[in-house]
Amino acid sequence: MNQSSIQHVEMRSITKRFPGVLANDGVDFEVRAGEIHALLGENGAGKSTLMRQLYGLYQPDAGAILIDGRPVTFTSPSDAIAARIGMVHQHFMLVPTLTVAENVALGLPSSRGLRLDLDVVSARIRELSATYGLDVKPDAEVWTLSVGQQQRVEIIKALYRGASLLIMDEPTAVLTPQEVNELFVTLRQMVADGRLIIFISHKLHEVTAISSRVTVLRDGRVVGTVNTADTNRNKLAYMMVGREIAAQPERPPVIKGEARLRLRGVCADGDAGLQVVCGIDLDVHAGEIVGVAGVSGNGQRELAEVIAGLRSCTAGAIEMDGQDITHAPTGARIKAGLAYIPEERMRDGTIKDFTVEENAILLDHGCPPFSQGVFLNFGTIADYAEHLIEAFDVKTPSRNTLLKSLSGGNIQKLILARELTRDPKVLIAAQPTRGVDIGATEYIHKRLVEQRAKGTATLLISEDLDEIRALSDRIAVMYEGMLMGVVDRDAATVEQLGLMMAGVREEEALAESAVPARPDPTHP
Amino acid sequence: MNGGERDALMVVVGILAQGLRFATPYLYAALGEMFGQLSGLLNLGVDGIMLMGAFAGFYVVYQKPPEGDIAVYLLLGVLVAAAAGAAMGLAMAVISVTFGAEQGISGIGMYMFGFGLSSLLIKVTVGGPTPVEYFPEVPIPVLSDLPLVGEVFFSHNLMTYGAYLLVPVSWWVINRTTLGLSIRAVGQNPEAADSLGVSVARVRYFTAALGGAFAGVAGASLSIALYHVIQENITNGLGFIAVALVYFGAWTPAGVLIGSVLFGVVSALGLWIQTLGWEIDSNLAAMLPYVVTIVVLVFSVQRARQPAALTKPFERGEG
Repeated sequence: MNQSSIQHVEMRSITKRFPGVLANDGVDFEVRAGEIHALLGENGAGKSTLMRQLYGLYQPDAGAILIDGRPVTFTSPSDAIAARIGMVHQHFMLVPTLTVAENVALGLPSSRGLRLDLDVVSARIRELSATYGLDVKPDAEVWTLSVGQQQRVEIIKALYRGASLLIMDEPTAVLTPQEVNELFVTLRQMVADGRLIIFISHKLHEVTAISSRVTVLRDGRVVGTVNTADTNRNKLAYMMVGREIAAQPERPPVIKGEARLRLRGVCADGDAGLQVVCGIDLDVHAGEIVGVAGVSGNGQRELAEVIAGLRSCTAGAIEMDGQDITHAPTGARIKAGLAYIPEERMRDGTIKDFTVEENAILLDHGCPPFSQGVFLNFGTIADYAEHLIEAFDVKTPSRNTLLKSLSGGNIQKLILARELTRDPKVLIAAQPTRGVDIGATEYIHKRLVEQRAKGTATLLISEDLDEIRALSDRIAVMYEGMLMGVVDRDAATVEQLGLMMAGVREEEALAESAVPARPDPTHP
Repeated sequence: MNGGERDALMVVVGILAQGLRFATPYLYAALGEMFGQLSGLLNLGVDGIMLMGAFAGFYVVYQKPPEGDIAVYLLLGVLVAAAAGAAMGLAMAVISVTFGAEQGISGIGMYMFGFGLSSLLIKVTVGGPTPVEYFPEVPIPVLSDLPLVGEVFFSHNLMTYGAYLLVPVSWWVINRTTLGLSIRAVGQNPEAADSLGVSVARVRYFTAALGGAFAGVAGASLSIALYHVIQENITNGLGFIAVALVYFGAWTPAGVLIGSVLFGVVSALGLWIQTLGWEIDSNLAAMLPYVVTIVVLVFSVQRARQPAALTKPFERGEG
């Protein structure tokens, strides 16, 4: 590729419509060589949609894309790649069964015609790895790599194709704080080499740390573009949400009760049949929120499923209020006072083709007052559904609306309503605010803290360290199925938690002198 | 070695030789189906395509005038069978790829279409079961003279040799070419392939046509190489076993080879049991391959290797 590198990219009055949604509404956006330009906005603000048009995955309904002043039309990603644009997607676009080199070579012509030239590709990958400190082995199969390593493969894939403009879609969501710092070093180096980087994020502290300019999107429209140096987190937050964001939820002191959920040496296998939860010991007390932090895929999801009774416990014991529920069926656990907010709310938490009302009584439809014998009491159900919608501020046209037409935040509020109304003894909340807008997130956090005051023992599983730190009384860090340690909320810094997330045990992590590598993100 | 032992040995050699020959249609059909499945396409209509291929091959050879060159007509028969199969494969692609139809259902439709049309064509053109000229045995010089081994491995017709040759060729294409890499990627993660500019639809159209062509050849191998006859439902469900063989073979050519030979030998065994006049009902003997299919599949399928996007239509999502 001998084309000169890109100096300037402009997207002019971009409009993109999906059925029922105006995803981008006359968006103007511009990036210059040598800058990291952050694209900031809430979930659903239209950031990814905008970038997918720049990468040729969608075509704009209206508007123009100009590269170095020349209008271009991309009908597929190969057009964008040919124009030296690369994109690292939020959900990695890798084929897990193929090697790193095969993933990089995919879709490219080989120097040997029909035959693959993986040795040539591997050599070039090693060069790129060395230049940018992106350590990966070309012949490793991708499924064996950690999430951080997979991201490096994605970056190498783009660089290999000669990307001059690199779009990074929420790149930090899956990384430990240390890996975020490493990524930032790589990004700065690429910009120093004359590349342009678009950094999509909804995390303010990362945007202010890495970018030179910020464009804020809200509801598909540009709110403004500002120099990072001329702004601050509060101003950006106001632009992003359109109002002041409430401070962290008040956490009134609660007297910790007896242990309601007790895990002793709990083990479980993952979907592939390998052990992914390896001997977890943990107590959660009444009136306490215990946060489980960790990088995605370290056994947190499986742990939640074991406690909820959706995955069998291969060793160890689970007790709830002194009662052994290790092998109890799911229904019995629910009756005994367990509530579960699943990570995959559309797959495990709701039935998307049922109405709001039907989803509200999924758990209890078989018992009074919702039914008598084989007959449902529609009147009672309707009243109950109306009550939940109102009490938990679920925004829905009616209780008879199909669930799938609600936003993620409102679906999550409905699940929360269903689970909390039963006043559970133990609550397992897995990723309760993932993909949820800030308003709903605030609301969900508030309800979780309220529930804590009512004596519920809550296990909060989240990949968002800020959320964990904001809500938890104690923080357990999980790595490769094991607990690296359990610390009180103020006993460890972000860096120390990050070390534990990367597999360093509590004693060693806490022994690390707490060097303030970056300011604490939760307290601006 | 006494006479009894010699006879027993000859029976074993006979069963093995015939088993390897019977593996021919399984190999063509299953290797073709494997390409489709590796790219995420399940074509349950293989049997119907084979029936059309069997008729196409037969009909071309049947046209040979007495003075015509049989080699030309046989070759032409295979090509026409492949073309007919490829056309049906493309039709399958239109249904499954472009319109995103449920593959389990559309394949059954394709089967019934092939079954019905081939039966009709046989009735209209020749009326009923009709013998036809066929691929002669071509013993490989020297090797075929080896004792026992010669008869088992080196005394077959060209279509059988071709089927075995296709195994390493398929392996090479899948594992050593850019095309093979695209096929595997499309079957495992079409979104990833799409994001790198690989056209998922184009790859799947290609594998559908290729699989169809192979199925057509598999059908022709029945009429003009193995059975020397055309008749209604000549496959007798063999195409469905071929689909199962792809699972059995864990989506690898070597696995498909093992499965095909296994089923070829079991079929041959079934025939020999009937001809040897053992006290087994011939219907029970004929059931053998199907019973073995079920048993083997229950115990062998390695789901972990299954292409993750198998049977899933691809459409660019809304992220």
